Amino acid sequence: MGILDLRQQFPILNRMVKGKPLVYFDNAATSQKPQVVIDALTHYYTHYNANIHRGIHTLAEEATMAYEATRRTAQEFIGALHEEEIIFTRGTTEGVNLVAYTWGRQNIGTGDEIIISGMEHHSNIVPWQILCEEKGAVLKVIPVNDDGELLIDAYKALLSNKTKLVSVVHVSNSLGTVNPVKEIILAAHQVGAKVLIDGAQSAVHLDIDVQEMDCDFFAFSGHKVYGPTGVGVLYGKKELLEAMPVFQGGGEMIKEVTFEKTIYNDLPYKYEAGTPNIADTIALNAALDFIKETGKPAIRAHEEELLAYATAQLQAIPGLTIIGNAKEKVSLVSFIIKNIHPQDVGVLLDNQGIAVRTGHHCTQPLMARFGIPGTIRASFALYNQKEEIDALITGLNKTIKMLS
Amino acid sequence: MNIKPILEIEKEIIEDFALFDSWEDKYEYIIDMGKKLPVLEDEHKLDENKIKGCQSTVWLVASYNDGRVFFKADSDAVIVKGLISMLIKVLSGHTPTEIIDARLDFIGEIGMMTHLAQTRSNGLLSMIKQMKNYAIAFQAIGSQKTDHK
Repeated sequence: MGILDLRQQFPILNRMVKGKPLVYFDNAATSQKPQVVIDALTHYYTHYNANIHRGIHTLAEEATMAYEATRRTAQEFIGALHEEEIIFTRGTTEGVNLVAYTWGRQNIGTGDEIIISGMEHHSNIVPWQILCEEKGAVLKVIPVNDDGELLIDAYKALLSNKTKLVSVVHVSNSLGTVNPVKEIILAAHQVGAKVLIDGAQSAVHLDIDVQEMDCDFFAFSGHKVYGPTGVGVLYGKKELLEAMPVFQGGGEMIKEVTFEKTIYNDLPYKYEAGTPNIADTIALNAALDFIKETGKPAIRAHEEELLAYATAQLQAIPGLTIIGNAKEKVSLVSFIIKNIHPQDVGVLLDNQGIAVRTGHHCTQPLMARFGIPGTIRASFALYNQKEEIDALITGLNKTIKMLS
Repeated sequence: MNIKPILEIEKEIIEDFALFDSWEDKYEYIIDMGKKLPVLEDEHKLDENKIKGCQSTVWLVASYNDGRVFFKADSDAVIVKGLISMLIKVLSGHTPTEIIDARLDFIGEIGMMTHLAQTRSNGLLSMIKQMKNYAIAFQAIGSQKTDHK
């Protein structure tokens, strides 16, 4: 089956928006879901909805098996060594916060330094600011060049024995830049720092092998990998996860509770307090399988073609400037148009059935770096087509004409 | 000063929009109104007059003269500016009570309700609240003056 036949598996793509066929280019915010994922959700609620891990009845057993099957698929998806290194979260944001609250509180002290980059999503800035404020630690930022790439020499100059953690984004959600995480991780480890990789944007495009990368933590969201909202994965090296204090207390995460003392459960349950998001976690399995069957190299080949085509077409529009020209990019293009506010473009494109993202993309410091209030961002997925890029270009030309 | 009642101005806008049969016509009209909105002097573009949306910013200033409230506003996004322009056309120059009581149903009638729903992105709904807050504040000043008499 060709990659474009896969489009048929995404029912939402058949809908009309304001009387026009939907062109969905907001995939970096969330991807659409294939029928197999939607079916997995309804199948769970229709046939085997039950609370997991404790019940001994058939439904509970089936639900537990399906839930734990996702853990093994996720393990394989990112190349983790152990199944229990996969912690289910609500998404990338919760994964980062979990590390900040547990590992961070235990290991960061006064005068210690945490390094992030100038292209982080607010989710990978704010948890560290909170931690630094609480502990009297210092947040350092890797600068970004005009092409939207990290200055690796400047990064290495920031590293010292004070550096306890480096937390950087694998792929920028605003620019599409793919960061050289292996080099970043290696350098951090040389000064004894741990590394968290924000994989929210990379997991869907790039081959992820956490062992080869040698990151200490890796977080990603289900809804950006064709899966449901409300479920994500935090990977952590087993020895770190075992040594870290617990995150939230409650059911599931305990072994034995008395009023005097509680003995916590083993990994991964130690970090999964309360009834988890069973349905969405089960459906995430279908999404990861879907990607595996399609094959990331095939997805990337298609998306790279779309990116090259879109970049060339956009550059031909007078007054348009692409923000983010890194040598290595995923299929995402951010741009501004001279004398036109991004929001106006978003409104007029929406009236033509075209969904793009406008604004600061939750990366306000990065926008400040480029001296702009925001950009217009078109991000592509495996189901997008060249014809849709043509529609975007036609739509943009019309929009610019209306606004000038 | 002879000022048309709020409802009558709203009715005129609704009638204008009824003539448009495409979204392009509607938005071209709004963009045009945005461009025609007098530029707010830089001296008014202060943080205290700023209503910050997630994407675009609105500045709003109000003055009270002879029992009537006058608004001036601006935005960095032209469609928001067009919508502001309509709100000023409808509300500016009226008494505080009239402004407080205005239901502004015309926004829905002309199909622009979605712009108000996007509270986080454009600050338009906050702007309407702020206009009414000014009216409430001026009404209080007005009644204080009456009390002193």
